[in-house]
Amino acid sequence: MYANPNSIINPSLWPNGPAPGCFFNFPGANVTSTSSSSGIITRTQSPVTTGTSILGLVFDGGVMLAGDMLGSYGSMAKFRSIERTIKVNNSTVLGATGDIADFQHLKAIIEQKVIDEDCADDGFTLKPKALHTWLTRVLYNRRSKFDPLWNTFLVAGIEDGEPYLGCVDKIGTAFSDSKIATGYGAHIALPLMREGLEKKPQMTQEEARALLINCLRVLFYRDCRALNKHQIATITKEGVTIENNIELDTNWEVANFVIGYE
Amino acid sequence: MASTKVVNIPKGGFSFENCQRNNFMAKQGFPAPKAVKTGTTIAGFIFKDGVILGADTRATEGNIVADKNCFKLHYMAPNIYCAGAGTAADLEMTTLQMSSQLELHRLNTGRQVKVATATRLLKQMLFRYQGHIGAALVLGGIDSSGPHVCCIYPHGSTDSLPFVAMGSGSLAAMAFLESGWKPDMELAEAKVLMRNAICGGIFNDLMSGSHVDLCIITREKAEMIRPFEVANVKGERQGSYRYPLGCTATLSTRVIPIEIESTVVRPVAEESMDTA
Repeated sequence: MYANPNSIINPSLWPNGPAPGCFFNFPGANVTSTSSSSGIITRTQSPVTTGTSILGLVFDGGVMLAGDMLGSYGSMAKFRSIERTIKVNNSTVLGATGDIADFQHLKAIIEQKVIDEDCADDGFTLKPKALHTWLTRVLYNRRSKFDPLWNTFLVAGIEDGEPYLGCVDKIGTAFSDSKIATGYGAHIALPLMREGLEKKPQMTQEEARALLINCLRVLFYRDCRALNKHQIATITKEGVTIENNIELDTNWEVANFVIGYE
Repeated sequence: MASTKVVNIPKGGFSFENCQRNNFMAKQGFPAPKAVKTGTTIAGFIFKDGVILGADTRATEGNIVADKNCFKLHYMAPNIYCAGAGTAADLEMTTLQMSSQLELHRLNTGRQVKVATATRLLKQMLFRYQGHIGAALVLGGIDSSGPHVCCIYPHGSTDSLPFVAMGSGSLAAMAFLESGWKPDMELAEAKVLMRNAICGGIFNDLMSGSHVDLCIITREKAEMIRPFEVANVKGERQGSYRYPLGCTATLSTRVIPIEIESTVVRPVAEESMDTA
């Protein structure tokens, strides 16, 4: 009938329970790292379906992006019609290297952004530099949480009448230049693009297209994860045109000169 | 005096006796010195009259340039030259040893050395060392069966192809070669293509740099052009901070001559040679 005097003197809620003013570790909580005091959850990522290089080149009056249409599942050429270059709006194009799933996730978010802008109908549209900055923030934030979006993005467009080309990678390194290549393109195609632009800094659209096609051909020869089916996106003051399913002519005559291995 | 009764034939291959000691020393704070590498761009291809080899001239030690103008085109035989990428010491010794073996072979057979002989000797040696000799080579030469270019990897595999590039700048060089090579090129355009390929490596790869060396091997002769192009010139100092003579005013002058007190002349006789 009367209360236990011990419980009145020593009122603990339950044994091994939370104490006021202290952190409480719930039993069975999902703590993956060994440094349990920090409580950081690390999700290491490795990309699953990936896209290879994207090339970007500024010419006189606009920007051109080129990339192939392959989604590699490791070393398997699984998806041969992936559009890795997308039109954002009439003045911006986005190209992606790396994990296709992460790219599609961001693509959905960006498309929704564009729709929201359309709905607002206030005359403002997303500019390429703004998209580039936004992407940098998103990617750096994700990397700081040890959960990166495993991509390298190329943002191309016309910003205030001038051509703009910018790049962000999965750890948030961002820069802009008149010629950018991601993935293997940085080692193979960028030397060719740099030499071409040094010889002629203000290229015409046809010259830029010829240079990019040459680079795409060399990449198809030398990159194991490349396909002979490309997209070329051109952004000028008039607007955006994306050509799909471009197949390059390749020259395998050199095979006739190879006999044996000594 | 050492005993000459028992001849000690040394065991072939590498000796790993010192590895444990080296590991111990590294833990104590005395790590092994870094190997001087030739992070490199080398390339070779066949043109109408023969073979052309090219190389840059930078040797790196970690991230520092150890040698601004090193020589990566090595002589193997009068008709065979070799460009090398990898560990500088390994390349130098391997090519010297091979070159002497090829000369002995030439004297033994009395014939011009074939490129395939050099390839075979090199790959057999490199395979024996299982890749521990860091030598990646572009061997080029012309023999009785025509011009040949062969790339040899540190583990001992070889590829005989019309055009090859090796080294850290090989992707850049190969991009130019893939774009520009065609069969039966003239010498002038071959030189330009090789220069473009090596310069692609020099300007786009951090471990390659300085100048372009070329070696052109034809039936008549082997021509070494060093440097073919001085691609990177050290900047000239624009101004001088030297004060011109006379800009500091002289307030007063005092000349104190050294007084000669006495002069002594002592001849030293020439000692005769000790022929004991």
